[in-house]
Amino acid sequence: MKLNKFSSLLLAATVALTASATAQAQSRDTIQIAGSSTVLPFSAVVAEEFGNNFAQFRTPVVGSGGSSGGLRQFCQGVGANTIDVANSSRKMRPNEVEACKANGVKEIIEVKIGYDGIVFASRVDAAVFKLEPKHVFLAQAAQVAQNGKMVANPYTRWNQIDKTLPDQEILLAIPGSNHGTREVYEEKVVVPGCQTLAEVKAMDKDAAHKFCTAMRTDGRVVEIAGDYTETLARLQAQKDAVGVFGLSFFEANRDRIKVATVSGVEPNLDTIISGEYPVSRPLYIYVKGAHIGVIPGLQEYAQFHVSEGMSGFGSVLESAGLIPLSDDERAEIMQNIRQKKSL
Amino acid sequence: MTIIAENPIKAVAAPSQVQQKVIASLAKRHRTENLFRRLGLTAVLISLGLVAVLFINIFSKGLPAFWQSAITLEIYFDPAIIKIPPMPQQRVDESDNDFRQRHIEWQTEIGFVNFNRLITDSLQKVLPDAGKHRRDLARVVTSGERFALRDMVVADPSIIGQTRTLHLLTDANIDVWLKGNIDRSLPDAQQQLSPKMREWVDKLAADGVIQNRFSLALFMNPDSRSSLASAGLAGAFMGSFYMMLVVILLAVPMGVAAAIYLEEFAPRNRITDLVEVNINNLAAVPSIVFGLLGASVLIGWFNLPMSAPIVGGLVLSLMTLPTVIIATRSTLKAIPPSIRQAALGLGASKMQAIFHHVLPLAIPGILTGAILGVAQALGETAPLLLIGMKSFVASIPASPFEQASALPVQIYLWQGNELRNFFEARTSAAIIVLLLMMISLNGLAIWLRKKYEKRW
Repeated sequence: MKLNKFSSLLLAATVALTASATAQAQSRDTIQIAGSSTVLPFSAVVAEEFGNNFAQFRTPVVGSGGSSGGLRQFCQGVGANTIDVANSSRKMRPNEVEACKANGVKEIIEVKIGYDGIVFASRVDAAVFKLEPKHVFLAQAAQVAQNGKMVANPYTRWNQIDKTLPDQEILLAIPGSNHGTREVYEEKVVVPGCQTLAEVKAMDKDAAHKFCTAMRTDGRVVEIAGDYTETLARLQAQKDAVGVFGLSFFEANRDRIKVATVSGVEPNLDTIISGEYPVSRPLYIYVKGAHIGVIPGLQEYAQFHVSEGMSGFGSVLESAGLIPLSDDERAEIMQNIRQKKSL
Repeated sequence: MTIIAENPIKAVAAPSQVQQKVIASLAKRHRTENLFRRLGLTAVLISLGLVAVLFINIFSKGLPAFWQSAITLEIYFDPAIIKIPPMPQQRVDESDNDFRQRHIEWQTEIGFVNFNRLITDSLQKVLPDAGKHRRDLARVVTSGERFALRDMVVADPSIIGQTRTLHLLTDANIDVWLKGNIDRSLPDAQQQLSPKMREWVDKLAADGVIQNRFSLALFMNPDSRSSLASAGLAGAFMGSFYMMLVVILLAVPMGVAAAIYLEEFAPRNRITDLVEVNINNLAAVPSIVFGLLGASVLIGWFNLPMSAPIVGGLVLSLMTLPTVIIATRSTLKAIPPSIRQAALGLGASKMQAIFHHVLPLAIPGILTGAILGVAQALGETAPLLLIGMKSFVASIPASPFEQASALPVQIYLWQGNELRNFFEARTSAAIIVLLLMMISLNGLAIWLRKKYEKRW
């Protein structure tokens, strides 16, 4: 008999659980964020400070999944079971905006939160690299021009590409195509490097782009789908590997990796702000306008993210490695958030 | 054997043909047996050795992380810095809601106080040359501790004007430096701390102001990214706890009921055979598939919240269900039929025979199966990644519907944190916590079995 009582109690608890599950499904009071793993460390800090500073709002939840993954989730639709903010380390593409609108996500507020540098780094005990965009292109290209003809990439060591580079096997660990960093890496390094070749200048635009972004498949270029820790692990396993990292990741692991100069400029806060260092990009968060006023604190979160105290010079985010916006940009973006200016 | 036993006299007299054959092959048989024994022993030793390497690796890295450097400071809650209105009191005519609103406004007001100044003011007393290095000074104590000070004021505003001796966690990089997790001989450019800071920290550590203390933060705090030194497991622990609660409430009763029905009541026919085969199939489904199911059905159709333990619990329940059913059925099978027959013979109905006599005897076996199923669910990671539980959650969930992480996922997240020097140890510490929980659950299962086991 005791057993029966116990089992009926269990049954009651189970029923109660299921019932409350359906009741809970209707509303949500926590901001949900997903996307770029480059933006995540910054957004997570903002989320935490937001929760700590505003007693009336709950701490937002920050997921990862890469810029493309985040934007795809963002564009799934409007409602409590879709995310409110997408973190992205690249600008939203026109076809993504269209896909979003087709799914009913009509108000997309673009918020630029600052800048980040992309660095090439190798192990501290490896050789010193002084890279040019052209070198990177030649190291990763599927085909290169030789004596006026296109041949499969013959380079196996860096010093075959250029005498000034170290005598070391070519092994490049680049972010996978789910990362926004990949696009910036191609746009700012590979393609400019490729276009220095006379043969490419002669091609038409589409053919040139196709030629420039074609990657060798003999295992010398490795695409990393995970985050920078995975790239770092690759470097630790293979001394010769050169990896692509965000500046902030390098800053946190200066004892393990060292950076290469690109076009003779060493990446740091100053050279990126001044624009001397060529490989930098803006970081964005995209806010779902339809959720403002529904999910408590959404607009405040966006404003908090770009506020001077949070991401200005001398702020928490700056010490976490984010390169701050200029004052004019900040004012304009604040205005956009206030007016809910949509893309 | 039998030949020798039957004809002991004949065997002594003259070995038969068969016996000669046996004697001739004896040496070879002994040799192969010895070889097999040695192979078996080597296999055991190798696997034990691998486990030992794993444990030594995890424990040597993780154990130091249970202690963390903390600085002992006399904090003066300066009324000149903490200028806040008095704590609101609920008026007689005021509704609870209005009062809560006023209280939140008051808390927000406290949030504007610069609690860092209390810390830096107090640090200046122990560091005479601090005035010139204000930037470094603000980085000695990890940034999350200012909220600890705020919470002290919120809890008891009468603390303003008093002085308290507090142990505050230092910055994560100071912990790394003092533990030697970064090479001390590296040049300045590769160090995380400035030369001045390193000089201060070494001096404070020598004076005993900074000490290695047992890290309560690891157990009491949720995850953190703005104040890495205060990142803890509490959020993930509660997330895992709620999920296990759901598993225990759903998978265990459902699994046991299904097993009793299938074993005792169900007719033997094609349909029950089909069900049986599919339960075994379900047990073999890779766990990540359950995650996909959870993401598309529970979150997509039923609109359950993302990254919530309730969804994780439901997914893990599905995964645990076959384990519980199979364990329960084999326990029921092991109960001798004489028990059932005796009960039926004395006039009990089938239901009474099972619930009054068979099931009580089967409980230890069922509990063992259930506990092992729960332990398996506790360590499961893959399905949780797909339902959004790998998000960064900086609060401790108060119900299964609030966003949370889980212990194994927390290990995954810390493993990916940028500050490798600090989080390598922290990750191993989290693994130790999870391992200890698993070992104690398995220990409980063994203890229950030993205590209540009946042999027939």
